[in-house]
Amino acid sequence: MRVGVITFPGTLDDVDAARAVRYADGEAVPLWHADHDLKGVDAVIVPGGFSYGDYLRCGAIARFAPVMTEVIEAANKGMPVLGICNGFQILAEAHLLPGALIRNHKLHFVCRDQWLKVENNDTAWTTRYDKGAEILVPLKSGEGGYQADRNTLDELEGEGRVVFRYVGDNPNGSRNNIAGITSANGRVVGLMPHPEHAIDALTGPTDDGLGMFLSLLDAVVNA
Amino acid sequence: MARVVVDVMPKPEILDPQGQAVANALPRLGFDGVETVRQGKHFELEVADDVDDATLAKIAETFLANPVIEDWVVRRVEA
Repeated sequence: MRVGVITFPGTLDDVDAARAVRYADGEAVPLWHADHDLKGVDAVIVPGGFSYGDYLRCGAIARFAPVMTEVIEAANKGMPVLGICNGFQILAEAHLLPGALIRNHKLHFVCRDQWLKVENNDTAWTTRYDKGAEILVPLKSGEGGYQADRNTLDELEGEGRVVFRYVGDNPNGSRNNIAGITSANGRVVGLMPHPEHAIDALTGPTDDGLGMFLSLLDAVVNA
Repeated sequence: MARVVVDVMPKPEILDPQGQAVANALPRLGFDGVETVRQGKHFELEVADDVDDATLAKIAETFLANPVIEDWVVRRVEA
C-alpha cells in the first residue's frame, strides 16, 4: 500500500501522517505541492498545518497547487483521499467535499483531546471502527466551524455522510456537531481532529486514530 | 491599467464571530449605539485594460470569495 502525503509550504503534520501510514504497514510516499505527479500511489493524505500561511482563506490557495490537479482527478475516479484539519479545509475548497470551514465560534484556537462518535464505518477510512464507537483524538484548530447550507446538511445527514460527530461540548460551532464528512462514494473523507496524532498511547492520548489508516489498508487490499 | 475593487462579505446567515467580537468591544471603548458589525475582505486589483468583466467575475467567484459562505461585489473604479 503506497500512500502519498502532500507537503505544501506551511504544512505541519506531514511527518506524523507518514508515520501513521507506516504504523499501518503502508509505505508513505512524499508528494510535493509543486509537482504534477502522484508517483503511482494508492491513496493520498492531505495533512494539517497552515498551507500558504492560511492567506486569503484556509486552504484556498493550496487548492490551486499543481499537485491538487492530479489529486482531484484521482479522487473523482475513486482514489481514497483523507484530509485532516487544513487538509479538510483544502478538500472543501477543492469541492471534493461540500461546505466550508470558518473561524471557531468563540474565536479561540482550540487545542485539546476530543471525543468523537463514529457515525459512518462504511468509508474507505473507517471500516475498522464499530458504528457508534467513541474515539479520543487531538483537536487543534482555529477555523474548524463546519458550515453548509440547509440543503447540503440535509443531504449529508440523509445519506449518512456525516462520518464523525463531536461528543460533548461543540468545540467550534460546527453545524450539527459535524467533525468529519465523506464524499457521495465514501472514498474521500475530511475531518478537523487529528487521528494521525493518536496512533500510539506512548505519544498520543490513545491509539484510536490508527483505525483510519488500518481501514485504508483494507480498502486498498480489497480493491 | 484599470483599477478594480472586490468586496467579499460573509453571507448574512453565516455566523461572523470576528464581526461580533468587534461589535462587543466597541462599548468597552466608549462607543455606544453600534448594533452589529460584519467583517469582510476588500481587494484592490490593478488589471490590464483587456481583462473583461467575465474574467473578473470568475476571479472573484472561484478564488477571492468562497460562494458557500461569502457574497462578493466586483466594481471598476476610476484610477
